[in-house]
Amino acid sequence: MIRINCPYCGERDHSEFSYGGDASIKYPSLEASAKEWTEAIFFRKNIRGFQLETWHHSNGCRMWLEVERSTLTHEIKSVRPCHPDLQKVVENNK
Amino acid sequence: MKSKRLNNLGKIDRDKTLNFTWDNKKLSGFEGDSLASALLANNIGIVGRSFKYHRPRGIFSSGVEESGALVTIGSKDRRDPNVRATTQELFDGLKASGQNAFPNVNFDLGGINNYIGRFFAAGFYYKTFMGIPPFEWGKGTTIWMLFEKLIRKAAGMGSASRLPDPDSYEHAHDFCDVIVVGSGPSGVAAAIEAAEKKLDVILVEQDSLVGGNQLSENDFSTSKIFNQLKSLGIKVMTRTTAFGLYDNCVVGLLERVTDHLSIPDSTLPRQRFWTIRAKHIIVGSGALERHIAFNNNDIPGVMTANASKHYLNRYGVLTGEDIVIATNNDSVYETASELSEAGANVTVLDSRTNIEIDSNKNFEIRKGFVPYNINGTKKIDSLDISKSENINKVDTISCDQVLLSGGWSPAVHLLSHRGVKPKWDPQNACFIPSDTKENITMIGSSRGLWNKDDCIASGVAGATDALNRLGVSKTNYFFPKPGGWKNPIKPLYEVKYKKSRSKSFVDYQHDVTADDVRLAHREGFISVEHLKRYTTLGMANDQGKMGNIIGLSLMADLLNKEIPEVGTTVFRPPYTPVPIGALTGRNVGKHFRPLRVTPMHQWNIDHGAKMIEVGLYQRPWYYPKQNETLSDSYIREATVVRKTVGICDVTSLGKIAVQGPDATEFLNRIYSNAFAKLQVGKARYGIMLRDDGIVMDDGTSWRLSENEYFMTTSTAAAAKVMAWLEELLQTRWTNLKVNVTSVSEQWAGAAVAGPKSREVLNECVEDPSLITNENFPFMGVISTFLKGNIPCRIARISFSGELAFEVYIKSDFANTMMDLLWENAKKFNGCLYGLESLGALRVEKGHVTGAELDGRVTIDDAGLGKMASIKKSYIGSAMRKRGVLSADNRETLVGFFPTDLKETFNAGTIVCEKNNIKGQGIGRITSVTHSPELGHWIGIGFVEGGLDKWKDITLIGADPVRNKQMNLKVVSPHMVDPTGERMYA
Repeated sequence: MIRINCPYCGERDHSEFSYGGDASIKYPSLEASAKEWTEAIFFRKNIRGFQLETWHHSNGCRMWLEVERSTLTHEIKSVRPCHPDLQKVVENNK
Repeated sequence: MKSKRLNNLGKIDRDKTLNFTWDNKKLSGFEGDSLASALLANNIGIVGRSFKYHRPRGIFSSGVEESGALVTIGSKDRRDPNVRATTQELFDGLKASGQNAFPNVNFDLGGINNYIGRFFAAGFYYKTFMGIPPFEWGKGTTIWMLFEKLIRKAAGMGSASRLPDPDSYEHAHDFCDVIVVGSGPSGVAAAIEAAEKKLDVILVEQDSLVGGNQLSENDFSTSKIFNQLKSLGIKVMTRTTAFGLYDNCVVGLLERVTDHLSIPDSTLPRQRFWTIRAKHIIVGSGALERHIAFNNNDIPGVMTANASKHYLNRYGVLTGEDIVIATNNDSVYETASELSEAGANVTVLDSRTNIEIDSNKNFEIRKGFVPYNINGTKKIDSLDISKSENINKVDTISCDQVLLSGGWSPAVHLLSHRGVKPKWDPQNACFIPSDTKENITMIGSSRGLWNKDDCIASGVAGATDALNRLGVSKTNYFFPKPGGWKNPIKPLYEVKYKKSRSKSFVDYQHDVTADDVRLAHREGFISVEHLKRYTTLGMANDQGKMGNIIGLSLMADLLNKEIPEVGTTVFRPPYTPVPIGALTGRNVGKHFRPLRVTPMHQWNIDHGAKMIEVGLYQRPWYYPKQNETLSDSYIREATVVRKTVGICDVTSLGKIAVQGPDATEFLNRIYSNAFAKLQVGKARYGIMLRDDGIVMDDGTSWRLSENEYFMTTSTAAAAKVMAWLEELLQTRWTNLKVNVTSVSEQWAGAAVAGPKSREVLNECVEDPSLITNENFPFMGVISTFLKGNIPCRIARISFSGELAFEVYIKSDFANTMMDLLWENAKKFNGCLYGLESLGALRVEKGHVTGAELDGRVTIDDAGLGKMASIKKSYIGSAMRKRGVLSADNRETLVGFFPTDLKETFNAGTIVCEKNNIKGQGIGRITSVTHSPELGHWIGIGFVEGGLDKWKDITLIGADPVRNKQMNLKVVSPHMVDPTGERMYA
């Protein structure tokens, strides 16, 4: 079982979270072309090793998290809030 | 075999007699017995029949690796098949019976298979019954399907009870610093070391007593160890199996709470399914003794050598009178000595020649000898033996028991669950665990250590490793090297005697023979994984605990390779079977999934509602009067709504408070239609798209004030939409000053629909002047008070197409609101209506719901493309017209009438062109209803090209599942009041 260290709630089972997707994607602006959106939505890397992904603490604090997880071992290197302001708050409280 | 109970030895209580039955025969044993030891004490030799050949089978082992003594325990709703008699504790009143035999295990008609066994080699059934030529040459499985049922019946093991399980099961959770699996010398040493260093320790033992294989020793005191562990504050869990290791040091445990009790305490669960989250795992799971493959090596009376020692010293049962022990290693000599001291006549055949044995010589040792054939069918008569080289008869020993030791296999299963492949140790002829980066340490015999001192040292080293990795200490440690016998083991997996066709078993339970492995090789199934699947080697209840290595060695031999080059199969959880009841825990019956009710749930039931589950919600389905059926009821309800007024509980809709200075901008981005200019006091129907341009959900948003909106979503998508909004605000548009809060539980909602709805509301509110057509136009929103000064929110929204309102109130006042609305609706001959008539009303209007918005449909497909704004960009705007999504022949929303208006149809009907009724057709009907307004059945759904293409053409509705077909007319989806006059009235 993957255990994720939520910066707000502490370490919890992955069953409390919902997997989001690739956290490294920079979504284009709403005005961007279909081609740019296609790139962002459909063309994804299938990473062997550490990847950045989003997880939603849906049965917890409802925070969206950026998780650095190995697709080979499930090892988690880092967890931080996706929202930059929340990130700062967490950093300052360390 | 002549097995008997001794007057001395054992850890049983001879003052406490326990009565039990075996195949309806009344027998007795003692407190502390296992079912197997009690059967042996009663000289029961045959306890089962094998899977394929129905050969009589006895007890092979004394533990979890048992592949012979699989029996059925209990009766009726508590019947449990395939229970290992070796691990089942005896209790008073236990009922056990043999399985896979008719009429019983002693005389089984299925035994005929044994004599025609040469036809039943690996793959026999498939080769014979699949695609039988010439009928099904090279194709087809029809004949197989026919025969499969018979084959399964002939080959099945015990059968489970078909009655509901009367027991309860629990899920439990715990945390610790270190979990130690196994209470043998190494596990106990590790637990003590870790506990003395103030770590929080759990020790898990599958047996009822702690001690591991020390329970097979004469002078071992289990209570002394138990008390020592307890005094150190260690949580000792007996009758608990660590069945699997998972990521992040999570361990799955199965605790058998009442399986050993005659009358289970009704307040206790039968079993507990534990999830333990540890910081470090220490595994001292021991090693399992292997047998040796040779002809008729399965006759009842064959056992592993250590099992016999276990029965002797733990249960005071001597398993034979004239015993031959065949070995290739030193581990049997203590057993031989103890058995002969207990009164047996013992001969040891050691396949090795140059060995030194310290022995008191009260038994005979024949060095350089191996067994090659057992004579006998239901019991052992004698054993043919040969010199280790050139297998040929040298002698025949008359005996009633043959004990085997082909070496020991460390139980590396748990480490294997983590994907760590074990490595082959040629000196000790076994797989030993490899290192892992995870916080898992293997100790004791599961590391390949054969003597007790080494095991204890490894336990201390393992605990030190854990302490170091957890940062508690920084101490040097070392593990003893694998091995520990005085004389090296000499590999011996099979004694092959070419002159006989008798069967030589590798995997007992599934009847996999050495010849089956050779057949697999001849037919090209040489990879371990293929070998396994072709012969079913290692796929029986014991999962290859005894036979796997022998099978591997045979294949290695055939391929002229070493065992590690052939590979090893990967062990997966569970280590021993876990009942489905334990996995399910309390999530059965009504608790199978969560149940959601609206705050007026009881009110609905009290007013005659029949309920239906939608998503997780219980919603009113229909409100039958007297003897009304569902269709009588919904047709009446829908008619009343169109004629006067109806009240419906709509609380299950998702409700989200969207607040903040950028709320308007936010909604404008997520909805495809314009929201920027929505005035305060107005609501708007909106459609959300996904990034890829497909419709996600629809709902309404009400502008309550400059910076506050009240959003409703569909019932089914409520959670999804909430998570989506949070994702956008937290990951993409992090500069927007918006807060979203789910208020679904906080507000109760009711729809008041029908031409008289305004009049009803007028009676219900404190200030009726607010509810006029002028003050409260279509899509208007007001915050006001129901009678009794109860604050509420009302929007003039219509799903039914009638003049209609949605009234929301704080959940606590739900019943008051319903009472008020219903009292006044009755004055206008109104009704309560449920989901079925709600559906009828919306289908008549062509309004879409989840049945239509199924994740494949664009806003244009749903006929709502004109609502999408062309002046702004929003989520999905770039993608909704891409490529295929704007093709001419997209399936678009239409209405359907049966051409013959007396005809009915069902949702799911496939729409086809005439003369081309096949495949997925050109469309589908998604929702149907009888329309009270039109007086016949109507439907909505999708067809390629839409209304314009098929307006006057008859199509075919094909419903192959219900064996139905009808002619269809395509019409506009807006079948009732297409201009919406009623809504604006």
